[in-house]
This record gives sequence, C-alpha cells and structure tokens, in this order.
Amino acid sequence: MTYIRPAFRHPQLPLNKLGLPVSYYEGALSTLCAGCGHDSISAGIIQACWELNIQPHHVAKLSGIGCSSKTPTYFLSNSHGFNSVHGRMPSVATGAYLANRDLLYIGVSGDGDSASIGMGQFAHVIRRNVNMVYVVMNNGCYGLTKGQDSATADIGSISKSGSVNQFQGIDLASLAIELGATFVAQSFSGDKDQLVPLIKAAIKHPGFALINVVSPCVTFNNNPGSTKSYQFVREHHAMTSKMDYVPEMKTISTSYHEGNNQEIELHDGSTIQLHKLSPDWNPEDRVSAILALKQAAAKQEVLTGLLFIEPETKALHQILGTTESPLNTLTESSLCPGNKELLELNKSWR
Amino acid sequence: MINDFVVRFANVNGTGSASANFLFTKSIFRMGIPVTPKNIFPSNIQGLPTWYEVRVSEKGWQGRKEGIDLLVCVNPQSMAKDVESVRPGGYFLYDSSKQLHNEFIRADIHYLGIPLMEICNREYTDARQRQLFKNIVYVGALSALLNIEFEVLTGLLNDQFKGKEKLIAPNVKALQLGAEYARENFTCPLPFYVERRNLIGDSIMVDGNTACGLGAVYGGATVCAWYPITPSTSVAEAFHDYAKEYRIDTETGAKNYAIVQAEDELAAIGMVIGAGWNGARSFTATSGPGISLMNEFLGLAYFAEIPSVLIDVQRAGPSTGMPTRTQQSDILEAAYASHGDTKHILLLPSTPKECFDMTAQALDLAEQLQTPIIVLTDLDLGMNDHLSPPFEWNDTVTYQRGKVLTAKDLDNMGKFGRYLDVDGDGIPYRTYPGTHPTKGSFFTRGTSRDEYAIYSEDGAVYKRNMDRLMVKWETAKEMVPKPIISQAKASTQIGVIYFGTSNHATDEALFLLSEQGIHFDSLRLRAFPFHQQVADFIAAHQQVFVIEQNRDAQMRSLLMIELNIAPDKLISILNYDGMPMTAENIVQQMQSKYKQYAQAIPA
Repeated sequence: MTYIRPAFRHPQLPLNKLGLPVSYYEGALSTLCAGCGHDSISAGIIQACWELNIQPHHVAKLSGIGCSSKTPTYFLSNSHGFNSVHGRMPSVATGAYLANRDLLYIGVSGDGDSASIGMGQFAHVIRRNVNMVYVVMNNGCYGLTKGQDSATADIGSISKSGSVNQFQGIDLASLAIELGATFVAQSFSGDKDQLVPLIKAAIKHPGFALINVVSPCVTFNNNPGSTKSYQFVREHHAMTSKMDYVPEMKTISTSYHEGNNQEIELHDGSTIQLHKLSPDWNPEDRVSAILALKQAAAKQEVLTGLLFIEPETKALHQILGTTESPLNTLTESSLCPGNKELLELNKSWR
Repeated sequence: MINDFVVRFANVNGTGSASANFLFTKSIFRMGIPVTPKNIFPSNIQGLPTWYEVRVSEKGWQGRKEGIDLLVCVNPQSMAKDVESVRPGGYFLYDSSKQLHNEFIRADIHYLGIPLMEICNREYTDARQRQLFKNIVYVGALSALLNIEFEVLTGLLNDQFKGKEKLIAPNVKALQLGAEYARENFTCPLPFYVERRNLIGDSIMVDGNTACGLGAVYGGATVCAWYPITPSTSVAEAFHDYAKEYRIDTETGAKNYAIVQAEDELAAIGMVIGAGWNGARSFTATSGPGISLMNEFLGLAYFAEIPSVLIDVQRAGPSTGMPTRTQQSDILEAAYASHGDTKHILLLPSTPKECFDMTAQALDLAEQLQTPIIVLTDLDLGMNDHLSPPFEWNDTVTYQRGKVLTAKDLDNMGKFGRYLDVDGDGIPYRTYPGTHPTKGSFFTRGTSRDEYAIYSEDGAVYKRNMDRLMVKWETAKEMVPKPIISQAKASTQIGVIYFGTSNHATDEALFLLSEQGIHFDSLRLRAFPFHQQVADFIAAHQQVFVIEQNRDAQMRSLLMIELNIAPDKLISILNYDGMPMTAENIVQQMQSKYKQYAQAIPA
C-alpha cells in the first residue's frame, strides 16, 4: 500500500495527442494491499486510455463489490464512476449504455462478483452485446472477506490455510466464448506488455469485450500450491500470440517474423497485429478458440492473449435500432406525442 | 329493474370468449350506461375456468357487487359452482345442446337453455369458427334478453373489424342467430334489462396498465427494462405498442426509446438505475415478487440518490400467492424496501386517468427528488377495464428534469459537491457523466460518503447525510399528489381513509350508509409520504376507519408509524380474498364495528 504519492511530476513528461500527460489519467491513491495484481491492471487501463487519447470525461467506470470493484477509484479521476451492488454491475452498465451510447464504458469486476453472485448478469450482458470493456480481475479468492475460495479457483488448488479446493473452477473465458461474446482475451496482471494492447483493442472493439486477467491476491492466495499465485502463473503462462494494437492510418511495422502473422482489422480501421504462437488456433473461430483453451487447461497452462474476436459485430443499440442521438439528450419534441394524439386515443376508448 | 344488475360469464380460457364478452360490455357503455367488468381468471393459458363479471349500474357504482342476476354458462367444468352462484330468482343461461343434468337443477332460479353448439355446428363447418361463434351467439341472445340495441353491437363490430370487413357479416349473422333464438323461445326482455341513458359523459373505458404504459410514453421515459410477471406485463407491452406508434423517427426509422426484457427483476431495476444515473428517464413494471427481488437495488437508488420509476401492479401474496387475484398488500414492502433506514415515495392511483397522470408525474418526481418513485396500482385497476375521465395533456408543460448541472454551470460555480445541500431542501445537485472535462465528475456508491462523494466511515459524516435525506423526505411531502377530502353532509366525529381501487366500493358504501342517516367524512390517500392534511384529518376525527385490501392492515400501520397515531384510533376495514372489495362488505364491517365504538363517540 502506498501512503504518499509525490506531487512532483517531471516537467518533460510525454504528452499524448490531447496534450495530456499520463498522470492526468490517474485516480485516487490505491488502498489495496502492496503488490496487489489489481493495481497493475489499473495502471494498464491508465496507460491504454492515455495512449488512445481518450477524453477521461467521456468514460464511465462501473463496478460491483469486492477488492476489484474498488479499483475504478484508482484510475481516471475525471470520469464518473459507479460502484454498484455485488454482482450487478452488468445491469447497471447496460442501463447506462442505453441512456448514452456515446460514452466509453469500462466495467471492472472480480471472480466472486462475476462467477458467483453475478453469474446470471455476466451471461446476459454478453448475450446482449453491450458495447463495453469488461475486465475481470481474477484471483480465485474472496479478498475483502479474507481469502475464501471463489468459483474460479481451480480444482486441486491449495489455499493459504492448506485446504484443497474440491470443486470445478469456472473458466470465464471459455464461458464467454460459448455465450457469444464478440471479443474475449485473457491476460496476467504481471504482463503489462501484453495487457495494454489488449485493453486498447478491447476499447476499440464495437461490442462487448471481456478481458479475464489473472491477478494474484498477494495476501490470501499467493502461496505454494495455489494456481493463481504469481509464481504459478509465471511458470504456466502460455500465450496464443504476441500482439500489437495498431491505430488507424499508422504505418504498420512490427518486429514479428514472417509466417505466423495475422492482421485483424477493427471496425474503425485500426488493426490488431498478431504473431501467433499456437499454430492451429484461429482467433476468428469460436471452436478453435475453445479448443485452444481446453488444450492449455489439460497441460495446466494459463493461455493468455487474444482468444477470440468477431470484429464486425452489432452491439445492443444496433440490435434495438435506437436513434444515433444518446437517449438522455432527447427532449419533449421527440418524446411526447402531445394532446392532439391523446384526444384521438380517447376516441378509441369510447 | 332497469340498468341495475350483474351478469357473470363462465368460460374456458383460450376459447376466444374475451372479445365476445368485451363486445357485450362495450355495447352497454355505448348506450350511455355505467358498466364495470371484472376478469376472474386462472394462472393458465388454455383449458381452465375463467369468469367475466359485468355490473351495470344506473347510479354509476363501479365496485363489484355480490349476487349474480344472470349467469351465462359455457363451461361444463365449473357448472356446479356456477349454478350455485346465481341469486334466488336469478337466471342461468346454458348450452342446451346436451341435456342439463339433474344435479344442476335448482327450483329457485330460472333456466335459459340455448343449443349454442347445435346452432354453430349447423351454421359453420370450420371447427375454430364453431368454437368462436358460440361466444357471439350468446351475445346475440343477450341482446334480446337484455334489450341491447342491435345497431350498437353491429357498430362495434364495424369498428373492430376495420380493414377486415369480410369478418363483419359472419359475426352479425351469429348475433342474429342468438337474438332470434332468444326471441322465439323466451319472454324478452327479462325483468332486468338496459335502457339507453346519457350517464357516462365523456368517460372512456380503458385498463390501468394501458394507462401506465401510455403515461410513460407521455412522461418521456426512454428506457424500459422489465421482466414478465402477472399482472404487470401489459404495462411494458403498452409502452412498447405506444412507443412504436409515437416514438419512431419519421426520417430515419430509428427508435427514440429502448426496451430490454431483462433476465430477472434484479437486472431490470439495475438497468433502470444505470439509465437514471446517466440521465435517461427510465422505468420498470413489476408485481410484489419483483419488488422483493429489487429490494437491494432500491436501497442503492435511495442512498446513492438515483432517479428511478417502478410500477408495482399488486397481486395477492405472500410468495407466489394468487398471481391472478387482486390485493393491496405491497404497501409496507414498497414503503420501506431494502435494509437499513430507507423510505420510498409511493403514488396511489385509483383510476386509469390517475394511472396515466401519476406515471408521467413519477418520471418528473424521480428526477426532481433523485430517488425511486413507486406507483402502486393493482390487478383490478391494471387488468380490468374501468370507466375513467378522458386523458389530457398540457402541451405547454415541460418535463421537470431536476437539479442537473451543465458544463456552463460548473464553470461558473465554486467546488461541486454531489451531496451538498445547497438550497436547504435536502436535494443536492447532480451531473451526468460526460458533462465537463475537469469539473463535476464524482463517484456514485452505495457506501457512505461525504458531501463531495468521497468515501467516508466517519459517523458524523454518515449521520449528516442520513439527516439530509430526511430533509428531502419533508420536501417530498409538498410535491406528491395531495389527498382528496370529502366532507359529509352532516357533521361527524368519524372519518374514513381509503386509497387505490378501494375507492369504488368505498364511495358506494358511504352513499348506502348516508341513506341510513350515517355520515362519515372521507379522505382518499394519493401518495406516501403523507401530506399534513392527512394528519389533520385524523386529528379532526374521534375515530377513523381505514379501508384496505390486505390482511395485516398495512396502510393503518404506515399511518400509525409515520404520523404517530394511537392504534385504537384507527379501525380496520379489510378485504383480502383476492376479489375486488364490495360496498356491501364495507357497510357490513362498518356497521358492526361502528356499534362497537358508537358508545365511545359523543353524539
């Protein structure tokens, strides 16, 4: 835990296209435990938003309850935030998105929040394809209530107190692909190089984008035998690909070798450059993505990187056919039919 | 007896009887005679008994009345019960295609046998038509038996089948078949019948759920999130229908609204709160079990101060209860929904017009007061057609969007405090996300926080906020609809308090009592928190009857708790069998209780 953050900033901090330093994207001081994976993910969100030149006030940050759900306070202090109720962030985010389609919605949840109490809402926000980034900070345990196993704890994983988890762990990434998510990625809080481009691609994706990030709980689930510890994940970390997010109009130059490269064009013309490490996997094929996850699981590996993407997708507003103007900007003239119509209706009830 | 009787139809649900029965009711309405129908239906789609009860009342009473003058029985399943339900001297109309079994014969009622099945089998070849026209044939018979003007019926068919004109002739034929059979075989009309009047003025006939759905369109709701539950489903459906009609951009075809059928009631209210937080007018429609599920979110919306509107169409609880029967039993649940110290604003409509007005008003109040507003209606009001004053809308009135700061406001002011009581009315200012690059952002949370929305576990800070919410509560008292008070003709020490759909039976009961020389003042509640006038009314009377449709006298409890009324001052008149309350029931209960208390009351 950091108690003091120096106010001093280097005067020559680099600025993004909006003329803002990365510090402008920071939030309040984190009150999470020192070394918590979640803080690295917050830093990743800050970095991604800064690099993409996003206006912080055009972002709405939403979360549920738990350690992970505290993090929206720790990034983008010029954005509105909403720390809602346990497991229900997806519905609040859906309503917010319905009210104003023009903002960027970043939802933060945890494994308890999404895979247990909020499993229903997690499933339904996916099938509705709400245009949002949904980050799960997944540490396999309930940190805020002192370390109970969560539903994503792997079977056989050993807790700090020495007990062995007897139940099947829920794999949120395969589940999301199964449920029809149009962007699914997995990452590790200790791998910023991978996480930041994934967040950037997720932000640019025009539909629901899940990033399931294994984010070790240093206090309650970082012990030997845990499958969500720093050590375990570092040792069992397998990547689908190396990846770069390339903004629109930028000359593409990647350091990847020829052969296994794949370029995915996103909706707005930007691209994802993939250097594939697993040869049979095709990120635009659900079956192949699920297969890759299952094969990795069989080898006790945590597969990270972009897993699945459907770049051309219809988000909820397109499905519903709502107007281009945010609903919260409409006024009487387009909302109220007026008394003349009411007189006609009265006649129909005579 | 002219224009004063009750007809009950015993049908099988899913057989097309509803439209025939509505044709009957509407024809009496069009003859200018007050008429009230009630659906008594099962929680089922096809094959179970369903009843439709129509009261015709020259005096305009719209409550239910015990005692069936004419029973139209087209359902052999419920025949024993149906025969039994006819008042002595009443009539039992049945399908005589098969002989009536001896056990159904009562010596004290009249039987009207019409071979409905035979007639239809003779006249129609298609099986579905045989089924459907059976219903129209009995309506035709009733037109002769009750003197309903035939041209009114044919006029209604013309309206109903506009655009499908070829359906008119076979329907008219079925009406004629029934009318001819009745005229040839019975003395027409019966001793009770209808006669044209001009008693309904410009009233309309519509159900409360349609009115709520339309009220949400007029009130500017743009987000509707809901989960299907009887008896509220038709609120969302009505909103959908009218939105399709009035909210499609003529140039682009795009919708100026969004409707989401949620995965459950929790998600429905979550979406409403998310949309309300982000500046869209939003609502959900549900019933008691849904309110139970929404409790947690209601506490959040109360504490974090987020506009949201709920239409609760009450049904008989507890638990699944009787899903297709009416009650006013969500009062305490709605008033204090969620853990901790919470209170919610309730609006209590009595008529379809009030359903329309109060739904639109709820959308204003929610944004003005930044809190949930619950419109408490019930199955009787929501799913039955009622006579109602026509709806009206003042085109010069604009939506009251409450205290929302713009970017310009933020530039011209000092430090913004989301929960700061600047005006002393307990209502703080808010900002929508995306308003200003550097000013006005804040964190919304269900945890305690200070005036600047910063998380705080300081007891004094917490208490200050809770006390401010009570200041807001006081402000609300002057903003919600005021009660309606009627003075009795003679001065009285007794008052009567009632609300919602108890109004019809109460009005009639007060009239019946006044004819016996017993006079009571009355007050119809229209909202919670209670206006000062409610406390004054109770203080001005020795005893006050509280009429309501639940077992536990929930409104009486609420009055006692909120206005600090001594329990023995409030006498309960209750009805909770799931059927709409009758005036006879109220009179009976009042007479027995009045005697009990009369000695204590000075003359």
